[in-house]
Amino acid sequence: MAANSDAIGPHRAAARERAAQYLLRRHRFTWAEALPWVIALACFFLFPGRMVFGNQLLIWLMFAVSLDLILGYAGIVTLGHAAFFGIGAYAVGLGAAKLGWTEPISGLFAAALLAALVGFISGWFLLRYRGLTLLMLTLATAIMLQEALNLRSDFSGGYDGLPGLTFKPLLGLFDYDLYGHVNYIYVLIVLAIVFNLVRRIVYSPFGQALTGIRENVRRMHAIGSPVHRRLVTVYTIAAGIAGVAGALFTQTNAYVTLSVFDFDNSAKVMIMLILGGTGRLYGAFIGTVVYMVLEDYFSKLSPTFWQFGIGLLLVVAVLFAPRGVLGLIEDAGRFLSRRKP
Amino acid sequence: MPQFANIAVSILFDGLAYAMFLFIVSVGLSVTMGLMGFVNLAHGAFAMAGGYVVVSLTRNLGLGLIPSLIISAIVVGAVSVFFERGLYRRLYKATDLEQVMMTIGLAFMAIATATYFYGPIPKSVPLPQWLQGDVNLGFRTFPSYRAFLIAVGAVLIAVLWYGFERTNIGAKIRAAVDNRRMAESVGINVDLLFTLTFAVGSGLAALGGGLAIQLLGLSPSFAVIYLVLFLIVVAVGGLGSLKGTLLAALVLGIFDTAGKYLFADAGGFFIYAVTVAVLLVKPAGFYGREQ
Amino acid sequence: MTAALQVESLNRSFGALRVARDIDLALERGARRALIGPNGAGKTTLINLITGVLAPSSGRVLLDGADITTTSQAERARRGLARTFQINQLFRGLTVLENLCMTIGERDGNCNNLWRPAGAKRAVIDEALGHLDALRLTDDALKLVRELPYGRQRLVEIAIALTQKPRVLLLDEPAAGVPSSESHLILDVVARLDPDIAILIIEHDMDVVMRFAKEITVLVQGAVLTQGTPAEIMADEQVRAVYLGQEGHKVRHG
Repeated sequence: MAANSDAIGPHRAAARERAAQYLLRRHRFTWAEALPWVIALACFFLFPGRMVFGNQLLIWLMFAVSLDLILGYAGIVTLGHAAFFGIGAYAVGLGAAKLGWTEPISGLFAAALLAALVGFISGWFLLRYRGLTLLMLTLATAIMLQEALNLRSDFSGGYDGLPGLTFKPLLGLFDYDLYGHVNYIYVLIVLAIVFNLVRRIVYSPFGQALTGIRENVRRMHAIGSPVHRRLVTVYTIAAGIAGVAGALFTQTNAYVTLSVFDFDNSAKVMIMLILGGTGRLYGAFIGTVVYMVLEDYFSKLSPTFWQFGIGLLLVVAVLFAPRGVLGLIEDAGRFLSRRKP
Repeated sequence: MPQFANIAVSILFDGLAYAMFLFIVSVGLSVTMGLMGFVNLAHGAFAMAGGYVVVSLTRNLGLGLIPSLIISAIVVGAVSVFFERGLYRRLYKATDLEQVMMTIGLAFMAIATATYFYGPIPKSVPLPQWLQGDVNLGFRTFPSYRAFLIAVGAVLIAVLWYGFERTNIGAKIRAAVDNRRMAESVGINVDLLFTLTFAVGSGLAALGGGLAIQLLGLSPSFAVIYLVLFLIVVAVGGLGSLKGTLLAALVLGIFDTAGKYLFADAGGFFIYAVTVAVLLVKPAGFYGREQ
Repeated sequence: MTAALQVESLNRSFGALRVARDIDLALERGARRALIGPNGAGKTTLINLITGVLAPSSGRVLLDGADITTTSQAERARRGLARTFQINQLFRGLTVLENLCMTIGERDGNCNNLWRPAGAKRAVIDEALGHLDALRLTDDALKLVRELPYGRQRLVEIAIALTQKPRVLLLDEPAAGVPSSESHLILDVVARLDPDIAILIIEHDMDVVMRFAKEITVLVQGAVLTQGTPAEIMADEQVRAVYLGQEGHKVRHG
């Protein structure tokens, strides 16, 4: 076969090589990818008074990245993702309050493992379903978890929360300051590690299979893909990451209440992701920043106007920019490159 | 009456009233989702809007509750047609996620508008004399308003059942829910049908919202708080099924009421546990069709 | 010798509707069998039953002698059973090359790997490009599937099935929907397939059937009417009756 095609000419061989190089190179880091981290560091120096806000932003970003894995890449639509955030948050909170487990980094690992475990078990059962059924099942299980913890509010602190948590200094060296400087760098480093992990998964053959499942699950079955196993795997990983985000939330706020499980949070992170653009890694970055900056500004002005505004933005986005801001940027790029001779 | 039986009857009665509310609002959502496959998360907002229209009509214009309910249903139903034609129509071929996002956006806009005009504090409506207090049904007295709600529900069920099962239009709707492409090829104007069902569904939602004011109170967040319940009723009942929505409303309404009566703290738990249990066994709901 | 694919007394009903009645079919290694029959005869249903999309009400399916009646679709594919769909089932948002690389990845178990980049395996990419070359799709390698004309997409559909390196290949109307100016491309590919693969092709166009098939099975209303060589089938009175029906002229592809 190969001999015949080469005989057809150098044109064919050149096309082959071009195609091969595209796939071979795709996972390599480009310079543009350093930009978000440069900006994040720049903000540390430029806005030292806004580090608490910056913290929250980075945590939501991590949460959004975890959702992108299952929603953007695997195509799993769930309304209960906040459950894993909550599990991570409470793992650390209860650990600190009841067990005296105040070492932060080991707390992160514990939170990730616990959230991943719950993700594995719930995913194994629930990911056999799709569509409205899955939406309702994920929503119901998240609410049940919240209600169950509320039932034992003497234990969990209920909606009033677990107050006055303290944590040991990071690595024994860096203690926390009121302005959140140490926290910001801490979260940024964890985010960088987690994101690198997600990036590797996305560019791996497993990540390819996820997009295949999203694009055409019938075809995946027909070519022998163990679809359910793949879905449970990615769901477990995403749950773990959401758990880390939740753990960081409790650690950096030194406080946690049951409202971390709210459906509101599942919806909010979904909105952030959609606005930015799903299935393209950096959509989560753009969406989270846009949403949180807008929210920070407008909800202080008037919460009602903010709610109206975000509603309007959603409607407009779905009608005119369904692939999010990233999609708009891509379209613009394609449009400009077509104009070149 | 013995204490235990008394409690059981109270639970059943209250549960039935609650179930009627769930049914009246959810039936429109079930049929439109079954007919067009369109996930409309703004449905709760239509119910909320209906409630606020009733509030304005009764408090500002001094109309009676019953006429206000009817006018509200008609007005919201009519207005919904504009939304359907102008906005929803463009997303029939879109993904589930896009439909979810757009309708959530509409819901947010509706909630913000309601907050702006009515404020966040829960509102109530003045009840006519005959709906206040209790009514004596012989063996026991019951709250009049809930009895009224049950009666309205029963009448609507009969009317809807007749319309669905016995009229030409009902047959067309059932055919289109069953197999849209086939229905279209037989000459049924599915687009028109959908606009009609959407309007009726939204009108019923408004009616349900108006009726719920006395039962549950009305604030702007009504649109999302109860949306979860409507979605659950629809999912558990099965898309596009009148019978399914009714059965689901009854099961969930009564279970929820029983849960709240008997286990005050864990009350909310039951409705979700039942949902998960049903969906695990029958993913398409009681009377849904397996895909 | 064990047949590559064996179907024994396969039955399937939907309520009162029997879509498969006592079907017996055997594909030897290297078989070139056409499955023909009027519309609604249950040809695609049979393929769905063989591949595991549908479970039979009774009967067995055997692949190389092993009973696969209760194994999953994916497992059957991993054991060497590949199919194409009547309507393209492709990964439309991905490039043609990625469509094939993923197929190879699933076939060889690469897709269990979460850590190393997909681009690290040059051999996979080269194999995929080889398949594309054979189907004259190299220039389209980096195009998104949804940007290709339907005829080329159909070729990708077949490419995916071939990339699975199947032992049994089920083609459901491979030239369906393809403009007649391009359908010869597809048929050439089918003609040049590895002689060891057992192939079952659903086809309406009698010219194609005559050219390609060494044996023909005629399916009518879910049951096998008759099986035989092309010459036998063409001469068969029952077959003519079913096909010529009341019109009295040849049934064209549709």
